[in-house]
Amino acid sequence: MSTFSSPDTPEGQPVRPEDGTRRSFMKQAGGLLGLALAPPFVGPAERLAAYSKTVEGVTSLQLKINGTVRSIQAEPRVTLLDALREYLDLTGTKKGCDHGQCGACTVHVDGRRINSCLTLAVMQQGKEITTIEGLAQGDALHPMQEAFLKHDGFQCGYCTPGQIMSGVACVKEGHAGSDDQTREWMSGNLCRCGAYPNIVAAVREVAGKA
Amino acid sequence: MDTAEPTFFDTNPKAGVVGQPLNRVDGRDKVTGKAKYSAEFNQLPGLVHAVLKTSDVAKGRITGFDTSAAMKQPGVLAILTHQNLPKLAKTPNDAEGKKAIGAPMGFLPLTTDQIHYAGQPVAIVVADTLERAQYAAALLKVQVAAEKPIASYEDPQAKLFDPTKVQDGKAPAHVVRGNAQAAFAAAPVQLTHTYTHAINHHNPMEPGATTAHWEAPDRLTIYDATQGVTRTQKAVSTMLGLSAEQVRVVTKYLGGGFGCKGSSWPHTILTVQAAKAVGRPVKLSLTRPQMFTGMGHREDQTQTLKMGATRDGKLTALIHEKTSTTSPWDNYAESNSKIINMLYACENFEASYQLARANVMTSTFTRAPGEAPGSFALESSLDDLAYQLGIDPLEIRLRNYAEKDPGTGQAWSSKSLKECYARGAELFGWSKRNPKAGATRDGRLLVGWGMATASYPVHNSQGTARARLYADGHAVVQAGATDLGTGTYTVMTQVAADALFLPVDKVRFELGDTKLPTAPNSGGSVAAGTVSSSVYMAAQDVWQKLIKVAVLDKKSPLYRAKAADVEVKQGRLQLKNNPQKGEDFAAIMKRAEMADIEGNGQGRYGSGYEDAQAAANADPAKKDQAADHSMHSFGAHFCEVKVDPDLGTVRVTRWVSVHGAGRILNAKTARSQIIGGSIFGIGAALMEGTVRDQNYSRYTNASLADYHIPVNADIPEMTVEFIDEKDPHINAMGVKGIGEISMVGVSAAVANAVFHATGKRVRSLPITPDKVLATKPVQA
Repeated sequence: MSTFSSPDTPEGQPVRPEDGTRRSFMKQAGGLLGLALAPPFVGPAERLAAYSKTVEGVTSLQLKINGTVRSIQAEPRVTLLDALREYLDLTGTKKGCDHGQCGACTVHVDGRRINSCLTLAVMQQGKEITTIEGLAQGDALHPMQEAFLKHDGFQCGYCTPGQIMSGVACVKEGHAGSDDQTREWMSGNLCRCGAYPNIVAAVREVAGKA
Repeated sequence: MDTAEPTFFDTNPKAGVVGQPLNRVDGRDKVTGKAKYSAEFNQLPGLVHAVLKTSDVAKGRITGFDTSAAMKQPGVLAILTHQNLPKLAKTPNDAEGKKAIGAPMGFLPLTTDQIHYAGQPVAIVVADTLERAQYAAALLKVQVAAEKPIASYEDPQAKLFDPTKVQDGKAPAHVVRGNAQAAFAAAPVQLTHTYTHAINHHNPMEPGATTAHWEAPDRLTIYDATQGVTRTQKAVSTMLGLSAEQVRVVTKYLGGGFGCKGSSWPHTILTVQAAKAVGRPVKLSLTRPQMFTGMGHREDQTQTLKMGATRDGKLTALIHEKTSTTSPWDNYAESNSKIINMLYACENFEASYQLARANVMTSTFTRAPGEAPGSFALESSLDDLAYQLGIDPLEIRLRNYAEKDPGTGQAWSSKSLKECYARGAELFGWSKRNPKAGATRDGRLLVGWGMATASYPVHNSQGTARARLYADGHAVVQAGATDLGTGTYTVMTQVAADALFLPVDKVRFELGDTKLPTAPNSGGSVAAGTVSSSVYMAAQDVWQKLIKVAVLDKKSPLYRAKAADVEVKQGRLQLKNNPQKGEDFAAIMKRAEMADIEGNGQGRYGSGYEDAQAAANADPAKKDQAADHSMHSFGAHFCEVKVDPDLGTVRVTRWVSVHGAGRILNAKTARSQIIGGSIFGIGAALMEGTVRDQNYSRYTNASLADYHIPVNADIPEMTVEFIDEKDPHINAMGVKGIGEISMVGVSAAVANAVFHATGKRVRSLPITPDKVLATKPVQA
């Protein structure tokens, strides 16, 4: 078991925010800020820690996202969703509920669609994670992205990355065989703007070509 | 004397890209994940996270905090409460402050020890990471002396009162026209029915979010999930005692709003205060449960509608009473009676409101505020009348067709409702309807067809825009509007392209920033009409300035021409009476060595536009003709449902909506908006309802698992059409807006279809299976 003390707060010295002047705050936070800006560096100890059975405190995590291995310093309680959004600035994956109820955070892990808010980043090391940012091939959009554009499968766009990731998986799973089947298998992704008929049209088009 | 302003009808009699079903110009950013919403500005230096600690009790007093465990947590930077948060220059806690701030709520949390509603923020916890802030907030202990709350107008402790005004002071609470009581008493046919509506929450997919960045001690930038950057700027700057220009508000992408992001709510100023306290940019997103107590809702309400009619189905009296819950400080009630007053010809009308204060968050405008629940009562009762008298539901609406606005006596600026009825009926196959309720089956399922009328007013609004045309043939056009997902980026690009005679891909439209010219809040369906007119007028200003350059340029074929004699066609400046004489704008700019030229325009929408146009018109006879119109969009919804007679489940299986809403700027995005509004209405009709525990005044289903919004499998293929409608009275573009009308009448169309399927009239929304099973069929 390895335990890491927090990098920014000396052990046993609670922050006292009420009397915190700007200067004293900067002193407290400088450590973390520095760390966040430092180039990713993974020492053997951290690598070991990342794969040990018990992980506590801030740890180095390696996540393979969109074909690239990226390292973050994060606690084991960090969800995959928050790791993407808050630690890696991959904000295309959205947080709509944080409880697996809306599907806005849908990503692919080893080719399967999952709600990234319902899994911890630490558990997804060594797996292939694909987010909306990794779907296009350079400037060439994925056919599902093109179909969403063509059929106006969205309005505000906030559920859209999740819908598209779900749509790609839905076709691949063979669950887009009919409109009714598509509706059922796309019902884990809520859209409050109400683009459902257009989403079905987009999935139908891609499924028809597949 | 002013001359009347140019209009798109005159300068662009044949629209180019305006109206075309273009793909969204911002679509690529949205499908690739590049679009940045308000909680996604992670590059701010030293950005830290805040979470709200909220009250579990609905009424009481905070007696203390135990911060010891929370503060021991690593990374915690601040725990801010009413005890240590610096005082604001102004709060909405008094009437003067509320007015100055333009707040929706007459109470700001963290200013006192009082708890007025469950979910009220009582502390902000700031930490270096989100997880640490969340955990510290969980460890923070709040000591509260709890009291028994009042939960709603139905609470025995609640005291009903007559407000003088409702809907945030915007609508009178008592309206009388003719003598409705006497007319009702004398009516050969009398219907009195009571309708209830559950609490609805907007639940946009993007939660409320604010990122606050103090760039200097007196200069602030806020990335805020708001439908109006100017409104947030006004609210925050006033509370802080700063001038408006010291506060910049940015909203580049908004993940839906539906009314709940139309005001500046407490979390925004609290995030700003937290950022000040820690001296770092702070980001705060409401959690989904906090969305149920953080940004308003559609209030729980009961409506009683008395309808008097002749035996041939003509309305003689409408008496409407509404009772609803409001917060401890606000008199908010949706003005349901507005649509009841104007939708059908009826000489006698009376409406009144009653409110009760309860320990709840204040309610606020929710898509089609008033029109949606008001039309549910009116259109359900009218359906009853039709069945009772043996008249087709569509026919009874035609018999009561209002040739002018019954409420004001004004002529309509335009009204295509008859065309909407006819086209909708044709698309739906209405003529094949079995007139008998409960008599059509598909296997064991009961099949029902229902319809309802939709309408929404053209409000009075204005805004400004800026257009910069470059000599190389591209343009940047700006207005501080917001795009809720409705397509503002796209449709304004189309308008600018036509008005400047440029290809769409040569126009960039920018919005969502208080540094840009001021646009109204995107709400009440005003954005499309106001901003498109502003953009159009800014383009006209560009041309007027260029004409001045040309007529003073000795080398121009237009040298010494009168500016009034010059017109612009396809980007070419030419003499009206001799079009050969003229030249392209680029040639004029090149000779003048102008890289670009900028125009500004003010767009007006609604009565303010008509009045100004009339005043500017030199012909007094024409002036009377132009002014004084009642301005509304109209439409009709047709719905098929299938009802399981054993389970009481209702599924919408077919849908047709036809609207006449002035000029449609983009056929594709407009169709999406109508589909979306109809689905929003189907949600309210069949499944949406937030349940408030009547003992503790807390919501019992504040999550997306328990508050059901429609999912893909709930929605069939939908057919949407628009009637081509030219309305020169409403604004320079002839655009009415379609954000709200899309859901008006929807719940009634569904309820009427349920009645046709089952013979059961459910007057309580949502129409859940238990209600369908418990309701007895009406005896024919």
